[in-house]
Amino acid sequence: MQGQENAIDVRDAVKRYGSFTALKEISLSIRDNEFFTLLGPSGCGKTTLLRMIAGFEDVSEGSIQLFGEEIENLPPNRRPINTVFQNYALFPHLTVLDNVAFGLEMKGSSKSEARDKAGQMLELVQLSDFSSRKPAQLSGGQQQRVALARALAPQPKVLLLDEPLSALDLKLRKAMQLELKHLQRETGITFIFVTHDQEEALTMSDRIAVMSSGELQQLGSPRDIYETPRNVFVADFIGDTNLLDVRVDTIKDGQAICYLEGGHELHCNEVAGINPGAKVHLCLRPERTYISERPIERESLQGKVIENIFIGTDISTIINLLEGPSFTVRTSNSDRASKGIFEPGTDVFINLEPGAARLLLD
Amino acid sequence: MATSAPGGKAAVSNTYQKARTWLLLPSWLVLGSLSLIPVILMLVYSFLTKEFRGGVIWDFSLSAYDQFFFDRGLFGDEPPTIDWTYISIFWRSFWQAGVATLLSLAIGFPTAYFIATRPVRTRAIWVFLITIPYWVNLLIRTVSMKFLLRDQGPLNEALIAIGLIDSPLQIVNTNLAVQLGLFYSYLPFMVLPIYAAVERYDFSLSEAAADLYASKWVTLRRILLPVVKPGVIAGCILVFVPSLGSFLAPDLLGGAKNYMIGSLIEEQFKGNAGNWPFGAAASMILLTIVLIILIVFAQQQSRHEQARV
Repeated sequence: MQGQENAIDVRDAVKRYGSFTALKEISLSIRDNEFFTLLGPSGCGKTTLLRMIAGFEDVSEGSIQLFGEEIENLPPNRRPINTVFQNYALFPHLTVLDNVAFGLEMKGSSKSEARDKAGQMLELVQLSDFSSRKPAQLSGGQQQRVALARALAPQPKVLLLDEPLSALDLKLRKAMQLELKHLQRETGITFIFVTHDQEEALTMSDRIAVMSSGELQQLGSPRDIYETPRNVFVADFIGDTNLLDVRVDTIKDGQAICYLEGGHELHCNEVAGINPGAKVHLCLRPERTYISERPIERESLQGKVIENIFIGTDISTIINLLEGPSFTVRTSNSDRASKGIFEPGTDVFINLEPGAARLLLD
Repeated sequence: MATSAPGGKAAVSNTYQKARTWLLLPSWLVLGSLSLIPVILMLVYSFLTKEFRGGVIWDFSLSAYDQFFFDRGLFGDEPPTIDWTYISIFWRSFWQAGVATLLSLAIGFPTAYFIATRPVRTRAIWVFLITIPYWVNLLIRTVSMKFLLRDQGPLNEALIAIGLIDSPLQIVNTNLAVQLGLFYSYLPFMVLPIYAAVERYDFSLSEAAADLYASKWVTLRRILLPVVKPGVIAGCILVFVPSLGSFLAPDLLGGAKNYMIGSLIEEQFKGNAGNWPFGAAASMILLTIVLIILIVFAQQQSRHEQARV
């Protein structure tokens, strides 16, 4: 059973502020030892859910369990859960060491014991040399690590992280992403990470819950969510995608025959709930297509190159489908030699890898 | 060529220096004429000889300070012994002002906290409400206080009506009346600086403390109070210092027994019975003590600030 147990079970949790419903009956389970991410745009309810788990917000309806025990009525200081705050919320009048020792002392350690352990935590985040400084004397990245050490020191059962990297510059953020991931592995503590940055979520998480307007849109591994988005919102929010309006014509043997604007025909896998005649969306990742002068794959679309955009590792080619919408194809620069580059104005075919086209529910 | 750059720099900083001197001049003038010169005048007067109908004779004398600290008998020919009369008036004044400050803190802190935790739009209204009573003249407010507290006043009548006491409590002409009067006179000076400090306080610090297993009480004591301490100290100074020199509340509410420094000094400059050098000396002694207290506070404060940077 060990390892199968859930760290957090949220059941039908609702959060209302007056007449506004911030969370609409969310249910999800977070496994022990997992790096779990709540991902969504601002205002989607991810921070509200995190604050409900921490105990800063009441649960209007439903329940929250921590390793099988109901905690939704406990005040935050009686939940064995710690938080890394978005603005770090370090105590300005205490030294770095005393900041980290605070939680240990509150949990009943003696002052010297708490300081010893706090010192060890600071070693773990490589800040031993700064223990006698005040938080204001540290850089943003260092403050971030102090906040992390302070939250980890009392050995919580679950660590909550509320967009902790959003104030850091890109390079530092990338480094901290890896450091966080390592810390999670080393400590074996369940991390619940809130972010609006889909790339960050994909890089770090074991599983991701995508949220929007107070609802859970999809829950799965980064790969699941990227490759098989469940609806238009998820497909659009995670990564770059071509979202095309299509009409489903016929469905036969698990294959749906669809028509794009301009009369282009495409075959893709049937999706439960989508019937012939339906007008739905189709999702195609730019990197799962490639350009050629003649059709190569079974599925291809005809169009004219409009523009090539250099984006470092890749080149994005914008193509107008004949009498249809525009479409983006991504070619890695290392493939360019073999697949060639097509100047604007060239008539081309867009080839779809098998299974690349997915029909989506709204 | 190499010298041109430093020369230019010096010229710029020179102009800057001049501009600064001129810009600071008005504040120096105000400070000098309203603060420094009067204090120097007082200092000089305290070392002069008294004229019997008020005013001074320009002869150097230590008799004002001598009179404050020593008793030389009725005719001034006995060996000096320490005279506790004025020292005890000083001591009582410090006590009264201290109690008034603590009362203001006890009521003012929760009030300020309450206002600072209201929604932003209603805070201004609360602050406004706090200041309304202070549009009325201090004298009138103090007299009203006497009416509230007297034997047949509303306070005593209410206490009798609810059966808490049988006969009116003697409040007027006691230390308590003076303390209440001072407390009421200067309460906003406690509320406003604390309000400003609590309003700036980042409440996510309290959340962080709760998150780290601290109870509400511990959070208040170990996080909120230390962070807003500068506001609390400012409030205490702003109530304590004027309370110390106040003469309205002790005169009107305290009666003859509850004489304070303010009244003592006031009388030295009033009518024919006055003694200007003695009043000036008492003022200088008070000023020195207050200055010492302020310097001690300021040093603590700057240590606090240094630690925060």
